[in-house]
Amino acid sequence: MKRFAEAIEALQRTVEPRARVSLLADYLANAGDPERGWALAIIAGALDIPKVTPAELRALVAERVDPALFAWSHEYVGDLGETVALIWPVETPSENAMPALAEIAEGLLGSTREEARGRLAEWLDGLDPAGRWALLRLATGGLRACASPRLARDALAAWSGVSLERIERVWHGVNPPYLPLFAWLEGRSREPELREHPRFTPFMLATALDERSLESLDPRDWCAEWKWDGIRAELVCSGGARRLYSRLGDDVSGAFPEIGEGVGDDIALDGELLSVRPGEAASREGLRRRVLRSRASASILEECPIVFRAYDLLRLDGADLRTQPFTERRLRLEEWYRATPRTSLDLSPLIPFKAWDELRACRAAEREPGIEGLMLKRADAFYLSGRREGAWLKWKRDAFTADCVLMYAQRGQGEAASFYGDLTFGAWDQRSLVPVGKAFLGCADLKLPEIDRWVRENTVERYGPVREVSPGLVLEIAFEGVASSRRHKSGLTLRSPRIARIRWDKPAEEADTVAALARLAE
Amino acid sequence: MAVNRGTTFLHPAAPRPETWIKSTPAGLYCEPADLYIDPTRKSARAVITHGHSDHARPGHERVLATAATLALMEERYGNRAGRERQALDYGVPLTLGEVTLRLLPAGHVLGSAQVVLDYRGSRIIVSGDYKRRRDPTCAAFVPERCDVFVTEATFGLPVFRHPHDRDEIGKLLRSLRLFPERTHLVGVYSLGKCQRVIALLREGGYDAPIYLDAGLAPYCAVYERFGVPLGRLLPLEGESRAGLAGKIVLSTPGGDDDWLRQFPAPLIAMASGWMLVRARARSSGVELPLVLSDHADWDELNRTLLDVGAPEVWVTHGREEALIHQAGRNSIRARALSLVGFEEEGS
Repeated sequence: MKRFAEAIEALQRTVEPRARVSLLADYLANAGDPERGWALAIIAGALDIPKVTPAELRALVAERVDPALFAWSHEYVGDLGETVALIWPVETPSENAMPALAEIAEGLLGSTREEARGRLAEWLDGLDPAGRWALLRLATGGLRACASPRLARDALAAWSGVSLERIERVWHGVNPPYLPLFAWLEGRSREPELREHPRFTPFMLATALDERSLESLDPRDWCAEWKWDGIRAELVCSGGARRLYSRLGDDVSGAFPEIGEGVGDDIALDGELLSVRPGEAASREGLRRRVLRSRASASILEECPIVFRAYDLLRLDGADLRTQPFTERRLRLEEWYRATPRTSLDLSPLIPFKAWDELRACRAAEREPGIEGLMLKRADAFYLSGRREGAWLKWKRDAFTADCVLMYAQRGQGEAASFYGDLTFGAWDQRSLVPVGKAFLGCADLKLPEIDRWVRENTVERYGPVREVSPGLVLEIAFEGVASSRRHKSGLTLRSPRIARIRWDKPAEEADTVAALARLAE
Repeated sequence: MAVNRGTTFLHPAAPRPETWIKSTPAGLYCEPADLYIDPTRKSARAVITHGHSDHARPGHERVLATAATLALMEERYGNRAGRERQALDYGVPLTLGEVTLRLLPAGHVLGSAQVVLDYRGSRIIVSGDYKRRRDPTCAAFVPERCDVFVTEATFGLPVFRHPHDRDEIGKLLRSLRLFPERTHLVGVYSLGKCQRVIALLREGGYDAPIYLDAGLAPYCAVYERFGVPLGRLLPLEGESRAGLAGKIVLSTPGGDDDWLRQFPAPLIAMASGWMLVRARARSSGVELPLVLSDHADWDELNRTLLDVGAPEVWVTHGREEALIHQAGRNSIRARALSLVGFEEEGS
């Protein structure tokens, strides 16, 4: 438990993705079985642990600690779980006497909430403060925020030297604490055999089209589709089980239980999840609300209907179609679609065209939310996982731009530790600025030193690592769309915002308004 | 657990402590010896518990302290360290009128001392800042029975229980192994914490040169002179950026960003007792907090009150209310001694 506590503590503090992978890989190298498997499951968010509420935690600590001392301490520390972890009145036990993570994870998993709460005190007694903190984060659900299945698999790859692709193939067929997986990665046994399991195939990815190269391409070699602005997903049915995988290979079946009903028993489809109400434009808000929940409730199923829009067929009835050309796969897909009754699923249509100019016109005319541009797919391309140069090309519509005002800046970590590159910008609402988004400038960006210098010279307030600046620097923000959001004061968020350029020439008063952005909302 | 110690003084006929030692705007004053303890104002006669700037101030007429404390004051203040300076070894009695004064190790930093004052059968110990755990850079705290114990309460909340030094230094060493391309910048207080971190690193088997930012080297030299080996220390000036990859650099916290930029992919660490509270580490932008304190934690404070067996405790600075509350639960009469000019630093 001590190692695990240290590892997640370090992960929580570290922002830089490569450093996070190193930290976790180091943990995997040093922790034993089955502890590291449980840790990995926790970090991947794969455990459904009954939650302990703050009220229960208060009751627990009230049995052990003088109320006045607790009140002063809680006021000072701020966080309830952290206060309990620090104040829990036992001598630090020796490392060997501490309960193992495996014992705790199994105990939490195999028990009701009441039982879990009952054992909490016993475990707290056996741990040191860092261990207690980790336990309470786990038991109160606080670790969910740092959960990342991709981080877990990246670390497995970094530690073992086995490719991410091979790990992803196996990952969904093994269960915590993943003993066969570790045995395989350490060369102690063969790759776990996964029979009859809806297995994830890493997606084929598109590269951006360089418009200048268009004229050198022969339109007859290419097919065109809309580029859907939803969530990429893979629907796989096999051996009586059905799974829906996200872009990173995470199992999101629980959030979208209705997707894939009735599609058959041996099929793998590549497509896009879109939020579509009959008669209404697609909305990302519905999709966002759905994807946030690990289990969909009846009410949210009703409120936010989702459709899976299929655009590729990887496998059908025992045949692996990935080594068929795109046009062949497409034919099989359409055939299957016509013959199969299904709900919550439709087909992404092909756009017929003869010359590039026709497509150019299509792309320019289309501003419907739910579409972010065009996809060009080579007619003879196999389905190959990963980013394959020149097989699939994305031709996004031009980004939106808005002039926003820099409001807050925060420093990065590592190479960026001394630069204010984490930027929050706002738009005008009446006479005040309201934040509408954040963007991050990497070290390689030439704009970073300029903005950094400006931030230093125009700081009006400091809140720890954050600086508030006077409203004087206008940034041209490029973004993919505007989503309405109840979580933000401005009522909206920008999608994929990035800093296009600095508008040194533009006075802050002339920046855009929240109302103007809201008109773009989907 | 309540321990009933009653309110009996060592000598029933001894004078009440507050009749001969008083809290004044300039600090604690011992009337029969005409002596201030760690005075905040220029005084005719001062005894100094240790070299931190909120305790050891410049410009007193006659200064009494351990030789190490005097050396550290001379390093800090030059010829303003006190006109007449008298070094006193631990345990050696000195008579000042009717008062006998001794210094006892406090375990805080090199040269730190508790001041023991005996007057007509009444004994007061002013402990200054102290800790109870082992520190390779200074003599360990010696508890002694007294009628009044004057204690600090910097970490006077039950959440403050400092982890083992070895584990904290282990985190730094592990991070160095894991990120060999990054300069590890460790924020330290220049006197005490700096040298302790170095000594702990050496004990942990780290024998590479350690780089010191400006201002740290002179105190390290004093430590070396008083027999605390710190290994190979190099000045930061003149070292190339590439040469600092994977190295440990000690500096006082709060270096500005131009300064930060001389390091490749800096990893910012900080050695302080306050790092125990995660929000505090986060808000100071620290990536690797090391919980290393030169002050007593909650358990040490309470254990010390029991060890010295004083029926009465005066609490100087820090979070006094919780410690006073807890002392009350142990039947010790405790009260806050609100002294001016003591800050939350050097923790």
